[in-house]
Amino acid sequence: MASKRLIYMDHSATTYTKPEVVNAMLPYFTEYFGNPSSIYGIARDSKKAVDTARAQVAKALGADVDEIYFTSGGSESDNWAIKGVAYSNRKKGTHIITTQIEHHAVLHTCQFLEKEGFAVTYLPVDKYGLVDPTELERAITDKTILISIMYANNEIGTIEPITELGTIARKHNIYFHTDAVQAIGNVPINVKEQNIDLLSLSAHKFYGPKGVGALYIKKGVRIENLIHGGGQERKKRAGTENIAGIVGLGKAIEIVTADIPNHNVKIKSMRDRLLKQVLEKIPHSQLNGHPEKRLPGNFNVSFEFIEGESMLLWLDDEGICGSTGSACTSGSLEPSHVLLATGLSPEVAHGSLRLTLGDANTDQDIDYVLDVLPKVVTKLREMSPLYLKSTKEGGCNV
Amino acid sequence: MYSDKVMEHFKNPRNVGEIDNPDGVGEVGNPVCGDIMKIFLKIENNIIVDAKFKTFGCGAAIASSSMATELVKGKTLEEAWEVSNRAVAEALEGLPPIKMHCSVLAEEGIHKAINDYRNKQGLSPWEEKHPHSHDHSKDLECQD
Repeated sequence: MASKRLIYMDHSATTYTKPEVVNAMLPYFTEYFGNPSSIYGIARDSKKAVDTARAQVAKALGADVDEIYFTSGGSESDNWAIKGVAYSNRKKGTHIITTQIEHHAVLHTCQFLEKEGFAVTYLPVDKYGLVDPTELERAITDKTILISIMYANNEIGTIEPITELGTIARKHNIYFHTDAVQAIGNVPINVKEQNIDLLSLSAHKFYGPKGVGALYIKKGVRIENLIHGGGQERKKRAGTENIAGIVGLGKAIEIVTADIPNHNVKIKSMRDRLLKQVLEKIPHSQLNGHPEKRLPGNFNVSFEFIEGESMLLWLDDEGICGSTGSACTSGSLEPSHVLLATGLSPEVAHGSLRLTLGDANTDQDIDYVLDVLPKVVTKLREMSPLYLKSTKEGGCNV
Repeated sequence: MYSDKVMEHFKNPRNVGEIDNPDGVGEVGNPVCGDIMKIFLKIENNIIVDAKFKTFGCGAAIASSSMATELVKGKTLEEAWEVSNRAVAEALEGLPPIKMHCSVLAEEGIHKAINDYRNKQGLSPWEEKHPHSHDHSKDLECQD
């Protein structure tokens, strides 16, 4: 195979930090390191930097500045939104609605709340991973206090009908949270127009640093604190601010939301070419997720008769970084809950490959993957007893 | 996460393929759980003269199949029967705990192939040490 190079196609896992973001952050490690709660000059500079970042996030979401709260990342934001609303509104009701395809930060938080006496409805999705708004409306009871539905799915890239879902939540006067960790920079968002009450985001998914995120909380939402302590973030989230991280988040969100439609054109055309040619070149392969309503950089394809981890190991050997919904990389024996929720059989889910394209990818990268991937699939199929059966019996019988 | 030895056997697996008119065949695992191993044995005068495999599974499953077939080649059936999953894992310089079941699968595949041979010879099958504890072929759920 071709000579070794590094092709990073796992941007949904994390992104590199853009150099201009790093440059914006650096002075806040060495020069303006003051604690914003202090009184002296360098502390005021830190505070100003946090204010600027807050304004950048607010602008990107169509929110007000005082509706943005910085956190340590997407998981904290999800935990805060769900537990905070649940605990603060339990007198009103104890029913929460979410979906079967949420990130574990939402799913495991909901499962935790079930142990605390809350009831949770996990809405199913169709074969594309879409939530049906009528199913949401049907699931609402007079005890429902929160609806939490992700903006776009991290594995299959399906973009949910958030505006429609938000409208239903508003109609029934129920808080609506969306985990928008994968959506920022890929989809235009306006929390006011879309009736979103709470929104989680994480900087390292859009070329910002790791360890920092934000939660948008619409003014007036009743929510308990998650992190107790000092009076930071208007007494809602304790802990000395991660100034450099917050500055990086602000800068990154400003960059990625400056021109979303144009920014996506290149990534989407590369993804479409990759997808089209892979499905053409490799038999017994199928797209996971929605053909159009999907994140521009998301490629998720299942290859029958082979297992995802061995595919990833070979791709890694060829310098390509991707991920899979196979169980074997997750530490359990069950394949991806998202793929299973879309109705995929476990054996086909085991053979899934996710490649998520980003700013650093080029047309040459796509050529390279198109050269390497079919060889890897063929090699693994040649040693698969399932492929043997299939070709002998003229179809997949597993 | 894998040892160099595992990666070496994964990337250059020994004994991939099938044997024409095998004397013993053993298939274990379940595609639902993400692993299926099929072992083919050629046996002459009670000695395994050739062993091959086909495997659907993760890196550890492929490396375990490769190592297990290497270990049993040239051995008498009695000796091959004693090749344990631990021996396979040790020869691979260790497997991550979550992947130990791959080596068990390899041991069971060999056992099943040997008993297939014994059945064909009209001999009673030997009793397996782990009675298909990791052979999910009859399970609906993947339990481990």
